[in-house]
Order: sequence, then C-alpha cells, then structure tokens
Amino acid sequence: MIPSFSAEVLKLYKRPAAWVLLGVALALSLVFNYLVPYAGYLNAENERAAEQILAGMRMANLIPNSIAGFPVFAGALALILGAMTVGSEYGWETFKTVLIQRPRRLSVFAGQVLALAAAVLTIVLVIFAAGALTSYAIAVIQSEAIQWPSLVDVARGIASGWLILMMWCLFGAMLAFVFRGLALPIGLGVVWILGIETLIVTVAANLLDSAKTLEKGLPGVNAGSLVAALGGAVDGTPGVNNTVGGTQAALVLAAYALVFIVVGGLVLQRRDVV
Amino acid sequence: MAVNEEVLVETKGLSKSYGSDVVAVDKLDLTVRRGEVYGFLGPNGAGKTTTLRMLVGLIRPTSGTASVLGLPPGHPDGLVRVGALIESPAFYPHLSGQDNLRVLARYAGVTKTSIEGALETVDLAGRARDKFSTYSLGMKQRLGMAAALLKDPELLILDEPTNGLDPAGLADMRELIRTLGSGERTVLLSSHQLGEVEQICDRVGVISAGRLIAEDTVEELRGGGYLLVTASPLHLAQQRADQLLGPEWVTATDLALRLDVDAESAGRINRELVNAGVEVTELRWVERTLEEVFLQMTNQKGDDGDS
Repeated sequence: MIPSFSAEVLKLYKRPAAWVLLGVALALSLVFNYLVPYAGYLNAENERAAEQILAGMRMANLIPNSIAGFPVFAGALALILGAMTVGSEYGWETFKTVLIQRPRRLSVFAGQVLALAAAVLTIVLVIFAAGALTSYAIAVIQSEAIQWPSLVDVARGIASGWLILMMWCLFGAMLAFVFRGLALPIGLGVVWILGIETLIVTVAANLLDSAKTLEKGLPGVNAGSLVAALGGAVDGTPGVNNTVGGTQAALVLAAYALVFIVVGGLVLQRRDVV
Repeated sequence: MAVNEEVLVETKGLSKSYGSDVVAVDKLDLTVRRGEVYGFLGPNGAGKTTTLRMLVGLIRPTSGTASVLGLPPGHPDGLVRVGALIESPAFYPHLSGQDNLRVLARYAGVTKTSIEGALETVDLAGRARDKFSTYSLGMKQRLGMAAALLKDPELLILDEPTNGLDPAGLADMRELIRTLGSGERTVLLSSHQLGEVEQICDRVGVISAGRLIAEDTVEELRGGGYLLVTASPLHLAQQRADQLLGPEWVTATDLALRLDVDAESAGRINRELVNAGVEVTELRWVERTLEEVFLQMTNQKGDDGDS
C-alpha cells in the first residue's frame, strides 16, 4: 500500500489540475469570507453594521469562516478532485499500465484513497492557514487584539472540514469507478450537490413527510449541519443548516465515506480492466 | 536464444466470452517456454489482446486456466517478473517520460536507477524530461517498452509493439525486440504482421476467431517450399516433369512451372529437362512465406495483415 500511496502522491503533486482546484477553493474562501465582507465593512452605512461585519472576520470566527463553504462549493471541488483522480485513469487507460506493474488492485485503491485524504487535508489546512493570516492582517490593520480560538476547537474544525470534503471527494471517486470515466461522474456529482439535494430540501420535504425524513439522511444536509454545529451561520450561507445535530452529522458523513470506499473498492476489484 | 523446456506461460482451455453471443477466446491451449521468442499471430479481432489481458490479470477468464511463471495471472509475485506492453502505450500526459517511469517504479517497488537504464535501452534518455503528451507515436511506443523493461523482467509480453510506427521506427523496434529476446529472457509477442513474426520469432501460435489453430516453429509452419522452373518450350518441360514426378506435383503458371519437391531434387530435374531438349533459363528454390501459410490457415483473402 505504501508504494501505491507514494505513486499516487507523485501523480497528484505533479498534476496542474489538482493545484487549480486548491487555488479555486482557496480563492472562494478568501473572497467570500474576507474580501467581500471587508469591502462591505469599508462601505457600511453605520457603525453598528460595520462592527457586525468586522466581527465576522475576526480570528474567533476562523473555524466557521473556513468551513462555511465546504458543504456546497468546496464540496463540489472536492468531488471533482476525487472523480478526476480516478476517472482519468480510465480515460487515459493508465489503470492497465498501473495494474500490470505489481500491486494488487486493492493496494492501488488504498493508495488512491490515502493520497486523496492527504490532498483534502492539504486543502483544509491551506484554507485554515490563509483564513488565519487574513484575520491576523485585518486585526493588525484595525489595531485590535487577537482572540485565538482554542487548539482543540481548531483541531475539531479541521477534522470536521476534512470529513465533509473527504466524503464529497470519495463520492466523486466512487462515481468514477462506477462509470469508468470522468465527465459523467463530475456532471452527476455536481448536479447532486447543487441541484438535487436543494430540490429535495426545498420542494419535496415541504410536501411529503417521507422526504422530510429522507432530508435528515442526505450527505449535503448533514455536511451543512456539521458546519452549523461548529458555529456556521445558518441564515444566508448556502448549504448550512441545523437540520440534525453535530454528532449525528459527523456519523452520517463517516458512514457515507465508508460506503463510497466499499463500493469503489468492490467495483475496481471485481470488474475487468479493458 | 537459450530455449529450454521450462514452461513459463501455459493456458488450458482458456476462454473469454462477453454475454452469450461474443466468444473472444475459445478454449485456448498455449505454451511458451523459457528463453524463446514466441509469436502470437492472428488477424485483427482474433482474440490476441484479450488473451494477453487475461495473462496479466486485467480481465478474468470465463473458463479454463492460465499460469504465468507458475502463478495465477495477475499475482504480484508473478507480475514483478513480467514486463508488459498491452495495446497502445498508456501514460499520464501531464508527466514527463521520466516521471511516468518514476510513478511506475514506485508501484513496482523497483529502484530509481532502473529508470535510467530502461530509458537508455530504448534510446529515449534525451527526451526523458519532456511531457508524454509531446511525444510522437514512436516515442510513446519506446516509452512503453521502457516501462516493460523497468523490472528487468524474465518474461516480456508485447502486444503489437510496432503498431503505427514509421519504417525506421519499425526497424528499430524489431531490432530491440530481437536483442531483448536473444538472451535468457522470454518474449511473447503478439502481432498481425507476418513479416515481423517471421523475422523475430522462434515459435508461433496462430489464433483465428479465438481459437489456436496451429503452434509450431516458423520453419515447421512454413513446411518447406517448391522449385520454380522457367523453361522453353514450357509444354515440353511440363510433359517431362509430369513423367518424372507425377502430375499432382507439377503446376503450370503462365511463364513457369511450380514443382512441389524438395530442394535436393533440383540438380536431377535440371539434368532431365535439358536431356529432353528443354532450355532451362531459371531454376530456383522458393521458400513458402508465413503469409501463405497464415492465409491458408485463416482462410483470408490477403489484404488484412501486412507481410
């Protein structure tokens, strides 16, 4: 498994598209959590509104700020990362080149999952680090004292953010294993995140009791609930909600991740590579 | 070439079907011995690639068994001793040739030093740092060969390695395969190019519609040749040849006679024809080509495979 992990890391590290996804995730986080609010702060109509906006950008809000976009936008990017990593192997037919070297199929699969886990952790850490630096810079500009969140809270925030993105990433990877390609998994996955879940939550759940029950088990809803449990604003942040509690949300996301791993591994193990 | 009787690849009743209608490989019994260059010959769609994919564990047989280096196909302990190039070379386009081999070396668990050696062997060291996507087809094929050689394998499985190459690339690749197969290494070469197999291989298995229809040395498959006689007057020459050999061994063409005899008879036949008043202007031994044998076996009309 270690040789496969090492090979997968090298492939991802050298892949420009992986860096583009990291850059886009980082840019989205900084623009919508700091740049746009700071512009709003500078143009605020009154002092009270300005203070409210400024409070949102302080270091104390590092965790909810960093993971607020994870249920939807960063989640979609993580899904693309997973689908791209696996789907390209089918598109370029490189699975056959890899599998005739030596490793067992499940070793290759485990290497891919571990490499994706490392890549997702990198994305989360970069977003947290950039958020912290930006909050620090704003505090210095405003000549304010810095109130750091506790290390335990930061660790919990990073772990939760990683769980959300990893779940979406594995969803993309699983779709790529199932459909043996790249375009369809990305299309279906993004439609699910941005469209289908929203339809279930906003339309079906208001009409059907069964849909209301189903809503509590949806991956995006649970991702949003986990963000809310860590202080994410429920109003106005796409995907963030308080439908279920934080513990349940974390368990449901972990269960989804496990299911995606099992399905992906089974498909690779059992199917012919043509 | 150092062939011995140790069997490296063996299939027994190996079959692969897709659904109930398509039988890609049908009860194939194949034997490749250590040290030989084995040509796996067949027209396009005969089942060559499907067979090779089964031998490296990419696809599973519907029935039958196969062993490679004494192990089931796809077993890691077997694969580490096998180098393979299956169909077109498939690599990561955003990586350089060298980085592609680094990735594969990590999977295979071989050292980085083997990368340089493999690149030198296929004469690609000068372009090793260029991206794979910028390579010509010939360079891609050579990188595929380098990947197959990374593990310094006992057994090389090459699936149509000369496909798409220009004449110079074709000659280089054939020379490389010949060199690789000249020592202890065993080569299983799939091809539909008859000339290639004839030039390179010690033994040949002919596959058609998923079935192995012949397996023997190139010489045995060709089964000798015939005497071609150009003479005047031709009808007199034919008359005398019929008397000497029997009409079933004599075939007249527009300008010559084809005599199905062994090469040693040439002197005697020449003498008899001259004594009968025939002017013999040409008498030569013609080897049957593998193409003739192949087309006869596969019942083809001629323009499917190159020769």
